[in-house]
Amino acid sequence: MLGDMIATRDSYGNALVELGKETEKLVVLDADLAAATKTGVFKKEFPERHIDCGIAESNMAGIAAGMATTGYVPFISTFAMFAAGRAFEQVRNSIGYPHLNVKIGATHAGISVGEDGATHQCNEDIALMRTIPGMVVINPSDDVEAKAAVKAAFEHDGPCYLRFGRLAVPVINDETTYKFEIGKGVELRPGKDLTIIATGLCVSESLKAADMLAAEGIDAQVINIHTIKPLDEEIVLAAAKATGKIFTVEEHSIIGGLGSAVAEVLAEKCPTKLTRIGVKDVFGESGPAKELLHKYELDAEGIVKQIKANM
Amino acid sequence: MNKLELQKKAVEVRKGIVSAVHSAKAGHPGGSLSAADIFTYLYFEGMNIDPSNPKDENRDRFVLSKGHTAPGLYSVLAHRGYFPVEDLLTLRHTGSYLQGHPDMKHIPGVDMSSGSLGQGLSAAVGMALSAKMTGKDYRTYCLCGDGEIQEGQIWEAAMFAGHRKLDNLVVIVDNNNLQIDGAIGDVCSPYPIDEKFAAFGFHVINVNGNDFDELDKAFTEAKNTKGMPTAIVAKTLKGKGVSFMENQAGWHGKAPNDEEFKLAMEELGKAGDALC
Repeated sequence: MLGDMIATRDSYGNALVELGKETEKLVVLDADLAAATKTGVFKKEFPERHIDCGIAESNMAGIAAGMATTGYVPFISTFAMFAAGRAFEQVRNSIGYPHLNVKIGATHAGISVGEDGATHQCNEDIALMRTIPGMVVINPSDDVEAKAAVKAAFEHDGPCYLRFGRLAVPVINDETTYKFEIGKGVELRPGKDLTIIATGLCVSESLKAADMLAAEGIDAQVINIHTIKPLDEEIVLAAAKATGKIFTVEEHSIIGGLGSAVAEVLAEKCPTKLTRIGVKDVFGESGPAKELLHKYELDAEGIVKQIKANM
Repeated sequence: MNKLELQKKAVEVRKGIVSAVHSAKAGHPGGSLSAADIFTYLYFEGMNIDPSNPKDENRDRFVLSKGHTAPGLYSVLAHRGYFPVEDLLTLRHTGSYLQGHPDMKHIPGVDMSSGSLGQGLSAAVGMALSAKMTGKDYRTYCLCGDGEIQEGQIWEAAMFAGHRKLDNLVVIVDNNNLQIDGAIGDVCSPYPIDEKFAAFGFHVINVNGNDFDELDKAFTEAKNTKGMPTAIVAKTLKGKGVSFMENQAGWHGKAPNDEEFKLAMEELGKAGDALC
């Protein structure tokens, strides 16, 4: 329900269970993190289709590739750090190059991992994954979107990277009317003074930021980009032309992620004033997730502050 | 196919390797030639395959984890009828489907793209696991280099295969004893290879990988081994069949010039004639 607080890693596990009921083709692979990636619920329901590979993410990626050649649709699950980081080359060469139908369910993305600190806070995964030809990169904003994304990824023929979070975030999409389309950005709030283009858990914070800006007489448009690749260039360019001021917001390095993807499009097709709000080329640190989001200015307050400083 | 026929085929496969690498002016003849008898045995005798139906879901699978020896795989696939033998001369040429390393998207008969060392065995394990889960009786074969097993991922995959008792999986280590920088025992020794695989839960067979009788015995034994995967440690001669390439690390990744090509083909021609 709207306003409920749900971590998208929970949405991932629950969506896998629903899909598992519909198709025998779905298999879920884990690397000793079923409890944390929330695929444990799938394991409980379909133990014969849950494969724990142990703490060996590179091997897990390769096993999934081999299984995909036989017709299975494997979802490999681990933290973003290990899915996109540790296993990058396996994902590139064993999954991406042969364009195999493997889905990468990466949880614990970004600094909102919290207390585990920098070694486990992956702020580079979107950058890594979007450079692989043919890879779809999805970063859902809430429970409704995350579940829809899992289903869409299953139906898509080819590799997909799905980014989920550990922190519970508010449901902002209405399940009864929500439609998910890979590569299609969504305008959540119209506005004429500036555009906030956000992804993942930063979408709900951006909506709050827009409310705060409105109270000060600033009319901000908010666009949710759940699919970073392929990027919805049309919605980005239309916004650039309409408001002339773009702010990207992501819980990821400002190098290589949504901000970069938007910058590439704008620089080539419609040079526009752009501010990238995100993790500013630094490693994260230990602390409660919400405190970190505040410290790194990725909560509504921080977003408002950065927008006002760059108007 | 009887031993003599296999020996004759292996000579043709070796000619294909030398011709392809010469035409490409690049590639890896040494490890292709050392494994030529293994390729020939599997594709002409050991595996259940049909070149007219390369995607048959019940076929045996082969993963060339040591993907740089693609000339060996391509030559045997061509001679087995997956694509024209003359296409071997397009190896590594711009626009050719015969890429420098195996490309499953474009090459008939290639079951897995490979080339980045250490990754192929994991994919083979996935194929073997799929067979177990779907109740299919196809078998999966994976050829690794002896230098390649220095990669940690090989042992991740071996641990999983042993743990899951994948008796439909056969790992073959082409133990030609040489890698780019020299003898494997000098660079970073993976020996004892047999004991390592045994420790990971494999049934291990040591053979002369350039002897068809021994290969036949080993692969038959592997088929009859239940409850654990098999590792065949195949002692081979790098560059086998071309005298000046034999046991020379320098021929790991170098193409013969025109004169060397002529000499090699003459030698292989004589070897073929001797079998008639």
